[in-house]
Amino acid sequence: MAEDRAAQLIDAVRSAAAADGRRLTLVGAGSKAPAADPGDALAVAEHAGVVDYRPEELVLTARGGTPLSDIEALLSQHRQQLPFEPPMIGGEGTLGGAVATGWSGPGRPWRGAVRDAVLGVEMINGLGERLAFGGQVMKNVAGYDLSRLQVGAWGSLGVLLSVSVRLSPQPERERTCRLECGAAEALAWMRKWARRFSPISATCFDGGVLNVRLSGMADSVDAAASRIGGEQSSDLSLWQSLRDRALPIFRSAGQGGAALWQINCAPAAELPAGPCLVEWGGARRWWRTDEPASAVCAYAAEAEGVALPAGAAPSFQTPLMMRLKQAFDPQALFNPHLADADALQ
Amino acid sequence: MNETRILQRLRGALRTGALITEPAAMRPYETDGLTAIREMPWAVALPGTEDEVREVLAVCREHGVPVVPRGAGTGLSGGARPVRDGLVLGLSKLNRILEVDVDNCIARVQPGVRNLAISEAVAEHGLYYAPDPSSQLACSIGGNVAENSGGVHCLKYGLTVHNVVGLKVRTIDGDTLELGGKGFDYPGYDLLALLCGSEGMLGVVTEVTVRLLPEAPAKVVLLAAFRTLEAAAGAVTRIISEGVIPAGLELMDQLTLRAAEDFANAGYPRDAAAILLCELDGDAAEARALQSYAARLFEEEGAYDIQQAESAEHQARLWAGRKAAFPAVGRIAPDYYCMDGTIPRAALAEVLQGIGELSERHGLTVGNVFHAGDGNLHPLILYDANQEGQVELAETVGREILELCVSVGGTVTGEHGVGVEKLTPMCAQFGAAELAQFERVKEAFDPRRLLNPGKAIPTLSRCAEYGGMHVHRGELPFPGLERF
Repeated sequence: MAEDRAAQLIDAVRSAAAADGRRLTLVGAGSKAPAADPGDALAVAEHAGVVDYRPEELVLTARGGTPLSDIEALLSQHRQQLPFEPPMIGGEGTLGGAVATGWSGPGRPWRGAVRDAVLGVEMINGLGERLAFGGQVMKNVAGYDLSRLQVGAWGSLGVLLSVSVRLSPQPERERTCRLECGAAEALAWMRKWARRFSPISATCFDGGVLNVRLSGMADSVDAAASRIGGEQSSDLSLWQSLRDRALPIFRSAGQGGAALWQINCAPAAELPAGPCLVEWGGARRWWRTDEPASAVCAYAAEAEGVALPAGAAPSFQTPLMMRLKQAFDPQALFNPHLADADALQ
Repeated sequence: MNETRILQRLRGALRTGALITEPAAMRPYETDGLTAIREMPWAVALPGTEDEVREVLAVCREHGVPVVPRGAGTGLSGGARPVRDGLVLGLSKLNRILEVDVDNCIARVQPGVRNLAISEAVAEHGLYYAPDPSSQLACSIGGNVAENSGGVHCLKYGLTVHNVVGLKVRTIDGDTLELGGKGFDYPGYDLLALLCGSEGMLGVVTEVTVRLLPEAPAKVVLLAAFRTLEAAAGAVTRIISEGVIPAGLELMDQLTLRAAEDFANAGYPRDAAAILLCELDGDAAEARALQSYAARLFEEEGAYDIQQAESAEHQARLWAGRKAAFPAVGRIAPDYYCMDGTIPRAALAEVLQGIGELSERHGLTVGNVFHAGDGNLHPLILYDANQEGQVELAETVGREILELCVSVGGTVTGEHGVGVEKLTPMCAQFGAAELAQFERVKEAFDPRRLLNPGKAIPTLSRCAEYGGMHVHRGELPFPGLERF
């Protein structure tokens, strides 16, 4: 499986470009992207394998198709981890897919976003050119930051050949505190904690229960756990399920048509009515509702945020974003369903 | 339309006195922190409101006038150096803190607000803004965004890009971009990350929303002294690889530590070949545990003297030497040239040795004081501009140091930016296809190239002039000057 298929991918992009802009839909593990898009499938998952891992540098470089599970297994041998905790839907997912979607995990406000950990990329643009931006170093302001721009671009700017990411050490101790309370009270706690220094590394309110994850040195985690109180445990499975979007609220079946929305907003903003999972200290909410899209978007705007149907790709349709797309992919080869450069004319 | 008429329109767009055209009054704007490179601008505008910024940009767009945005002018790579036929758009008068939102842990500020002023304004809530470039007393947050500034504490708390959650940007087209907000990771292309470090080439920042962090309750600073530079570099690699992320980890070699000691009486051991300053923070239990762990690691790596500063006074004294290092070195040589390469930490010992060899070969002394924890070197090349040929020699040494950084997988600038200073070294780091991609991105924002022309991204012809891309031995004086 661990194979360098860069040459084949470059050939495929070049021949699509030569064939008068035949369109290409990038297909990774298929765990996150919606199925059945127009255009020819370009399989990127086979371009896999860890290219460079230096534990003492806390940096890993791997090909786009490398399964996240392989990376995690390798890192845990050295007591390290991906700080951004990318979801592995159904246990699947690749590094390229994690970067393309830019979905950050439960630790986002404390450990940083996917893009915060990305140090560099190698990619193929729509001209079939192999490009390298950024690198493996922690600080780099040479040229525009085109590697972080790939995060959350859903492959619409090019094919990610490899990505270098910053790693973090696994904490010495992790604990979960479980408190029963109402939604408003839970949010108030989250905001209070955000103003105090603590080893909190994730928060989740769902179904009348507020869970708090503590990560750090043993003494400091224990001290914080006794301050926070509630039921304490070393069971971390909740956080894995939250990360992998496997909690009941994420399952769409049997909910009577109510849709699940993801709302990124001001963390202290008032909560919506109805079932809502609140994480990131309040800054991300998963709201299951049968309110029309317009009402959900109005709520999000009120909360100084943005709503998206859960799991959906965002729109890249502002004039500037379309020009940027064109700057990388003038013939609009990649993932045509996401941004239609023709609309620019 | 003639110049007088354009000036008249600019004057009309601004309040009285906010357009400067007299050479004497424009003098302070002819350079930034890279004072070796100067240019008198055509005019300087100092808008006081966002509307004035919009109006000025509209006039410049209409008449094709180049615009050089400028913050506090503390940049070290000439990013705010004027262009002769262009307008300097100084944003220092946009200096209001618009909102401190404690519940959401953010502050919304205008671009001219000083970096340190943000932390001062929110200190009463136990919060602060983390990135702390050494110029934080003077530098502005808008300039920090343009350069993606770091600082001593970015090892643990991140660069500007990690601590800014929202931006309001005016494009030269007259559009307003509202990027991000008070929360995290708003969907769409990450223009916020793209704008950070774009050196004023893509848009003019008119508002910045930063996240505020709670102050760590406990802090300790260790000073570890080593008998060789290599041992100190090895200790840096070791501590990071053991999973300890200090709040700051700085290295000073013998030349700089002695200069700093003479200057600031920080209590540094003058006989050390190198010292590390290591700040550890956390809650009380954490800081204590980290302190003894780090001290043990330093000992194992050959530290022969370790000071553990627990009192605020002792910590301040140790840091005072580090903070005074640049001016202190300025006292022992008529001139110095500060570089900014970043390398993988594991290559520290090798690169420091290579810098020593370059220094010996060219006969110029090089001091090293830098952000060791993230591999960000600041070699200080000492020279005397009054001696014939020394400026050129210093620039040759600088270029060769940066090429050495690139050759071990590093970058030519970690935090100071490319500006005009590192345009040629950029040719060593990027190939033609990457440079062309940068150009197309620029074009998407600014097709007429009016914003900060000639900065950050070298032209293909410039790189070609030195024998193609990836030039490694081009003999040129003044690599900072434009050559088309």
